[in-house]
Amino acid sequence: MRQNKTLEITVGLFIAGGLAALLVLAMKVSNLTQLNQGDGYNVVARFENIGGLKVRSPVKVGGVRIGRVAGIDYDTERYQAVVTMQLEGKYNQFPDDTSASVYTAGLLGEQYIALEPGGAEDYLQQGSEIDITQSAVIIEQLISKFLFNKASEPSGE
Amino acid sequence: MNWIQSLGQSGLEFFEKLGRAHIFLWQALAGIPSVLRRPSLLVAQLYSIGVLSLLIILVSGLFVGMVLALQGYNTLSDFGAEESLGVVVALSMVRELGPVITGLLFAGRAGSALTAEIGLMKATEQLSGMEMMAVDPIRRVISPRFLAGLISMPLLAAIFSAIGIYGGYFVGVDVLGVDEGAYWSQMQSKVDLYEDIFNGVIKSIAFGWVCAWIAVFEGYDAIPTSEGVSRATTRTVVHSALAVLGLDFVLTALMFD
Repeated sequence: MRQNKTLEITVGLFIAGGLAALLVLAMKVSNLTQLNQGDGYNVVARFENIGGLKVRSPVKVGGVRIGRVAGIDYDTERYQAVVTMQLEGKYNQFPDDTSASVYTAGLLGEQYIALEPGGAEDYLQQGSEIDITQSAVIIEQLISKFLFNKASEPSGE
Repeated sequence: MNWIQSLGQSGLEFFEKLGRAHIFLWQALAGIPSVLRRPSLLVAQLYSIGVLSLLIILVSGLFVGMVLALQGYNTLSDFGAEESLGVVVALSMVRELGPVITGLLFAGRAGSALTAEIGLMKATEQLSGMEMMAVDPIRRVISPRFLAGLISMPLLAAIFSAIGIYGGYFVGVDVLGVDEGAYWSQMQSKVDLYEDIFNGVIKSIAFGWVCAWIAVFEGYDAIPTSEGVSRATTRTVVHSALAVLGLDFVLTALMFD
């Protein structure tokens, strides 16, 4: 009976340890602590070009992460990319005329959306659309523009 | 003509065995409710399959995580991206190495023991003896072992991944000097609960299912001689390893497209 008891205790410890490891993976390793779905609100923005933006890319204001990209779609009527952003509920006081730009973190880093607050009286709400947007900068376009400008300059001296 | 005949023979044998394996799996699953009514059988098997595998899992997980951190650091420092070390370690552990290496170790440590035990029971006619006493050997012997393997494997894989991430933390932060905050925060921003962790758990459940199935079936299907048991044990380890690696490719292709 006594041996049976120690056996049951070790098995109990094993199962508890396994579940604790799963909990560690969920809480400490994954993004569970950063997910606060439900109390956020969605805002839509249209871009000509979103570059390498992906779902779950960060949305930042002044470098602070305040939400993430929840969905990316393409509007075939206006030929624009439609990006849905989920912003955290506690950041609910952005003016209506806030502008959104697609930037790159570092030279080769991941892309993110940067919001720039405007000065309007009304705040962004669930479902509002950001009208002022700036597309991603595509390096190839930049280089070709630069070369084109160079070539069209008058030659000689 | 002869080789065609032998080809046909081995083909038939293969499908016969496959059929026996599936009928056997069905019977083992049907025995699970009666195991749940007598949990003491399950606890004893959880001890010998899960608890006794714990040491090798802990040590291997720790060292795999530490080696990943060392190797990852060497490559990442070329690009000045040492801060991503946590992401590298966590994603490779949770997605691939945790379930796969645990599956391989599980097949070697617990699967071979299961096959040898059941095969020897068959060779010494303990299984026939049970049937004589109107005790169903599948319910009494096989189902608890199968269920214990199925429960142990995801827990072992989770322990493996968690201890590996801490091993990587030890080497990366304490030895190589990666910033501690960057190690965890980059990890948390890149590892997704559903995409990475849940899929890893699903993988480990699938591997546990396959390894436990192969182990108990090979034991039950072994030729009841000492040579037959030894061959069955070898087959368990080889087939489990191949099944884990093959299944891992399929699951990875389905999960992370």
